[in-house]
Amino acid sequence: MSESSAASDGCAVRATQLTRRFGDFTAVDGVDFAVSTGEVFGFLGANGAGKTTVIRMLCGLLAPSAGEARVAGFSVNRQPDAVKRHIGYMSQKFSLYGDLTVGENLQLYGGVYGLKRHDAEDRGRELLSRLDLEQAADRLPTALPLGFRQRLALGCAVLHRPRILFLDEPTGGVDPVARRKFWDLIYELADGGATVFVTTHYMDEAEYCGRVSIMDRGRIVALDTPDELKKQNGARTMQDVFLKVIRP
Amino acid sequence: MKRIRAIAHKEFLHVVRDPRSLLLAILMPMMMVFLYGYAIDMDMKKLKVAVMDLDQSAASRDLVRRMTSSGFISDAARLTSRTEIERGFRRDLFRAAMIIPRGFEESLQRNRTTAVQFLLDGADETSAAAASNYLNATIALVNRERAGQRLEAPIEARTRVLYNPQLVSAHFIVPGLAAVVLILVCALLTSIAITREKETGTLEQVLTTPVRPLQVIVGKIIPYTAIAALDTVLVFVVGHFVFHVPMTGSWLLLALYSLIYLIVALGLGLLISAAVQTQKLAMMLALVGTLLPTIMLSGFVFPISSMPVVLRIISRIIPATYYLEIVRGVMLRGDAWFPVQFAVLTGMAVLLLVAASRSFRMRLES
Repeated sequence: MSESSAASDGCAVRATQLTRRFGDFTAVDGVDFAVSTGEVFGFLGANGAGKTTVIRMLCGLLAPSAGEARVAGFSVNRQPDAVKRHIGYMSQKFSLYGDLTVGENLQLYGGVYGLKRHDAEDRGRELLSRLDLEQAADRLPTALPLGFRQRLALGCAVLHRPRILFLDEPTGGVDPVARRKFWDLIYELADGGATVFVTTHYMDEAEYCGRVSIMDRGRIVALDTPDELKKQNGARTMQDVFLKVIRP
Repeated sequence: MKRIRAIAHKEFLHVVRDPRSLLLAILMPMMMVFLYGYAIDMDMKKLKVAVMDLDQSAASRDLVRRMTSSGFISDAARLTSRTEIERGFRRDLFRAAMIIPRGFEESLQRNRTTAVQFLLDGADETSAAAASNYLNATIALVNRERAGQRLEAPIEARTRVLYNPQLVSAHFIVPGLAAVVLILVCALLTSIAITREKETGTLEQVLTTPVRPLQVIVGKIIPYTAIAALDTVLVFVVGHFVFHVPMTGSWLLLALYSLIYLIVALGLGLLISAAVQTQKLAMMLALVGTLLPTIMLSGFVFPISSMPVVLRIISRIIPATYYLEIVRGVMLRGDAWFPVQFAVLTGMAVLLLVAASRSFRMRLES
C-alpha cells in the first residue's frame, strides 16, 4: 500500500509548498525539495532562516500550516506515527536525560523504539564502541564535554537503524577535529544505506554534502551539489556562494 | 509493553536520583499527618471552668467534685464575686463559670427546684457548646439519681455511640487526613512529571519516536504509584499506632481501595502536567485543585448531609468523598463492600488517564 508507493517514488523526503506560520510570522514559506534515498543532504542557512522549523515539520514535531511533506513515503500531516517509525532525530539542543547515564539513555531509547531487550543491549554496546563512548558509558551526560553529548545523541537517534536521519546542527559548538570525526560517522551511516538530512551553518561542512540547499528568510534560494553551486555563482568556496545568494 | 517498561524504568531512575524530591514525597505527608492530627484534635480536654460556690455546703462541694472528676473539666478558679467572672473571661483564665446559689443544699433537702447558673464564653463557640453539653449532662445525672430515690423518670434517653464509642475526633479525622494528604502529594508528584520534560526539552526527543501517549502516561504513573503506596502505608501506620484509630476491617481491602484512589490522584496530576506548559503552573493547579476542595467538600471537616444542594452535588465529583466513606467504613465499622464508591473511583481513574493521554500532544505546541 503506502509503503510500496514510497519505494517506487525513490525519494526519502519530499516537501511540496511546505509552509509554517507562527502568528503573523512566516518561518517557512512554501518550500519545495526532494531528497533521494541514501543521499547526504545539507540544509544551510543563517540562524533564524527556518532550518529547524523545516526539520521539526519533517519529524512530526510541528504541524505544517500549509503544503505537504512525505517522509519515507508517509505524509507528515496524516501519518505521523508511520513517519516516526522510520526516522531518527537529533535535536540542536541536547535533549537526552542528564540524570541518566550514557548507557541508560541508550537503553531507554532502545526500549522506546521497541527493540527487544538483548537486541537493545547488543546495539547499545555496538554503538558505544563505534561512537567511542565506551569509557563514558557509566557517566552522566551532564558531566561530559559537548562532543560526547553530541555523539550520544547521534547514538540514540540511530539505535533502531532508521531509514532517514535528521540532524539539526549536530556539530554546533565543537572544535574542527571533533566535527571532522562526527562527519566520518555521518558518512558511515550513509554508506550503510541511510538518508541523512543535516542542517549546519558551517560552510566547510557544506562541502561534505552530496547536495546542498540554502535557506534564507523561510525560502530556499539555492539547491544543488556544492561544485555546481560554486560554478553557477562563480565562487571558489561555499562561503562565497553563501554570501552571494543570501540577500543582505 | 517494552515501551512502557522503558519509560517506567527511566522515570524510576529520575525519582531515585533526586533524593531531595524523594525525601519531600515521603516527609511531607508525614508532617501533614502529625501537624493536622494534633492540631485538629477536636476533643475538649481540660476545659477550664471557674466555680463560684456561694453555698459552701456538702451538697455544693459534691456537685463540683462530680463535674471535675472526669478530667474533662478542670477546676480553674474559685471566685467570690461576680465581678471576677467578667475579668476572668477577658483574661482567658477560664471558658465557663458555674454559680451555685446560696441555699442550694437547703433547697435540695426540701425537694424544691433550685437553679445552678452556667456562664459560657460564646467567643469560642466550640468550647462553649462542649462545656454546655457536659455541664448539662452532669446536672441531668444528678437529677436522675435524686429522682431515683422517689420515682423512675418516665422517659430516659440512653445514648450509645456506635463505631467510635468515645467520640474521639482523631478516629474521624485521620481517615480524612489520609484522603487529603494522599491526593495532594500524588497530584504534586505527577504534576511536574511531563511539564519538567517540556521545560528541559527532553520531551522533544521522545516525541520523534513511535511511542504512544498512553504508553508515556502509564509508564510515568508506575514508579509514582510505588511512592504513593509507601506514603499510604506510612499515613495509616501513624494513624493506627500514633493516633490509635482502630482497624475493625481488613488492611488488605483498605490497601486495594487505596490503590484505586492513588491512581485517581496520580492521574489528576498527570492530566494537569499534560495540559499545561510550565512546572510552576502545574504545581499551583495541583495544589489548588486538590487541597481546598478535598478539605472543604469531601466530608472531611463539614458533613456533606448538611451542605446546600449545590455543594452536595459538587462533593460527589470529588474523589476524596468516596475514599473517605470507604476508609471510615473499613476502619471504624469493619465494612468490606463498597460497590458504588469502588465503581466511581475506578471510573474516575480510567477517565483521568484517558484524558491525560488525550491532552498529551505528540507535537510541540508553540
